Amino acid sequence: MARVVLEGIRKTYPNGFKAIHGVDVEIEEGEFLVLVGPSGCGKSTLLRMIAGLESITEGRLSIGGRDVNNLEPSERDIAMVFQNYALYPHMSVYKNMAYGLKIMGLPKAEIEERVKKAAAILELTDEQLTRKPRQLSGGQRQRVAMGRAIVREPSVFLFDEPLSNLDAKLRVQMRLEIKTLQANLGITSVYVTHDQVEAMTLGHRLMVLNAGNVEQLGTPIELYQRPASLFVAGFIGSPAMNFADAKIDAEGKNITISGQEALPLGDGGMPEHGGKDVILGIRPEHLELVVEAPDAVPMTVTMVEQLGADTLVHGHFGESRSDLTVRLDGIRHIKGGEVLPIRVAPDHLHVFDPKTERRLS
Amino acid sequence: MLKNVHFGPSVLPFLLVLPQIIVTLVFFIWPASQALYQSLLLEDAFGLKTEFVWFRNFEDLLSDPLYWDSFKITIVFSFLVAFLSMSFALILALFADRVIKGSGAYRTLLIWPYAVAPVTAGALWVFMFNPTLGIVSYALSALGYEWNHQLNGGEAMALVVMASAWKQVAYNFLFFLAGLQSIPKSLIEAAAIDGAGPMRRTIDIVLPLLSPTTFFLLVINIVYAFFETFGVIHVVTAGGPAGATNILVYKVFNDGFVGLDLGGSAAQSVILMIMVIALTVVQFKYVEKRVDY
Repeated sequence: MARVVLEGIRKTYPNGFKAIHGVDVEIEEGEFLVLVGPSGCGKSTLLRMIAGLESITEGRLSIGGRDVNNLEPSERDIAMVFQNYALYPHMSVYKNMAYGLKIMGLPKAEIEERVKKAAAILELTDEQLTRKPRQLSGGQRQRVAMGRAIVREPSVFLFDEPLSNLDAKLRVQMRLEIKTLQANLGITSVYVTHDQVEAMTLGHRLMVLNAGNVEQLGTPIELYQRPASLFVAGFIGSPAMNFADAKIDAEGKNITISGQEALPLGDGGMPEHGGKDVILGIRPEHLELVVEAPDAVPMTVTMVEQLGADTLVHGHFGESRSDLTVRLDGIRHIKGGEVLPIRVAPDHLHVFDPKTERRLS
Repeated sequence: MLKNVHFGPSVLPFLLVLPQIIVTLVFFIWPASQALYQSLLLEDAFGLKTEFVWFRNFEDLLSDPLYWDSFKITIVFSFLVAFLSMSFALILALFADRVIKGSGAYRTLLIWPYAVAPVTAGALWVFMFNPTLGIVSYALSALGYEWNHQLNGGEAMALVVMASAWKQVAYNFLFFLAGLQSIPKSLIEAAAIDGAGPMRRTIDIVLPLLSPTTFFLLVINIVYAFFETFGVIHVVTAGGPAGATNILVYKVFNDGFVGLDLGGSAAQSVILMIMVIALTVVQFKYVEKRVDY
């Protein structure tokens, strides 16, 4: 258990490519931080820099109050779970888990005790401990990889997309297991994923990375309710947020999607941005189907996806060309071509500057 | 896994394999069966009289202490060649694996010796170690050691081993390097996080994962030392001094074409043939069973 502090961390590769453009974050003791972003955003690089597998070009990294910039991975008191598990194929499960302890020079009895303890936590049987990794299923290998991390009793756990090689069902199950495990052990964890659902469910805080820049750092709910940029807004939430070009009226009271009726801006409007062209974001779940309301907007349906629990309705506002997705509860019998009266909840409008792509208000 | 795709009856597949079958028949099956037949014959040196003697050539051979000597020399020779060339190649490959800049040039240079013909390789080493002219023997004598592989059997063996191993290093290097590069990088990283230093990682992780390559190369090198070093031996020592480097394949040539004991020579070839078949079977069995990590 330790605080991990990153100050002005940058990474430039020898060929001049800048992978990380300055990351500052203080990860509290026992916190679960998720690094999330699309592939190539630098999230794995950042994790590998914390692990010591990549050098840090600039900035300061400290783990448990100790500067570790120039320490070997083994000296940083960390454990890492790799995407492909990286289990030693020629060693039994037991030996895989015991290898690091053996190198630490622990007595045999203690190694056995620690491995047995970790195996019990992960529900690995004695019989499975004698097997080779290739004789295990994907989920079991995943457990062994975590076991290898647990036995080291590190200050920090690092996870590099550990669930991406599992099938969908197992992924959900292992996700819960990792969350429970982390909560029980209380070990500071940094977790890399490109899957926003994984990120939302696991993390105490999320760091959204895009092209080596931190887009936003915050709790899952903060990111969902107040995305700081267009990128975060589009990345967090499924189905993705709807965006449309819009204009705020001169008083800043209402907002108009090109050629449509004006929608009221909640919370007293945005007078400081009066008359401005903006991008309006609305989550599919914040659009509702109403019977007849004065502030309803007509939506032309093009396609309907039935998910059972929800119905996703795709279409656009009136004659406007911007695509729109609406998420309705339960099973709805709606057909393409229909025009539905849709109401936008005014408290759930997200307004972004089209130039800086940052959140306004 | 190959899928069996069934086409209609056609002569085309037979036509397509025909060239291969003809090559095999003319260059392998025919001479091999000739050797098999010849090994059962006893012929006088001038080819005037031939007698069918069943397995007498083999009986003579197996009761000949010189044959067993040659056998032992071959074992020692091939073990030394395989060990020397493989260990050198492994060390070079481990280094090359860490080289990032200019690795292409480095690799190309290391592969060159493989393109040198065995006879040329032998000639090269003979020149360097020639007791009167050689640069190495000159250096050795400056250090107080009188090198003469033409008189000293041990030195002769050392020289043919060096020449043969040198030629094979390049080949082994290529395979070792390919083997090293197929080891997932994350395994090495996991070991680094587990606290293993470079040396420890090599011993605990890299070498065990390289064992399929190592086994494959062991078989290949033994076959090489057994059969393909004829040129080196012929140029460097001609099997001497006093038969100290007379390996089996050289003895086949010596007994058959110099000693003109065609039956005995053929019998030796047959034994060699059986050995190479056995080695190949072992290799194929292992390669097929080999586990993909």
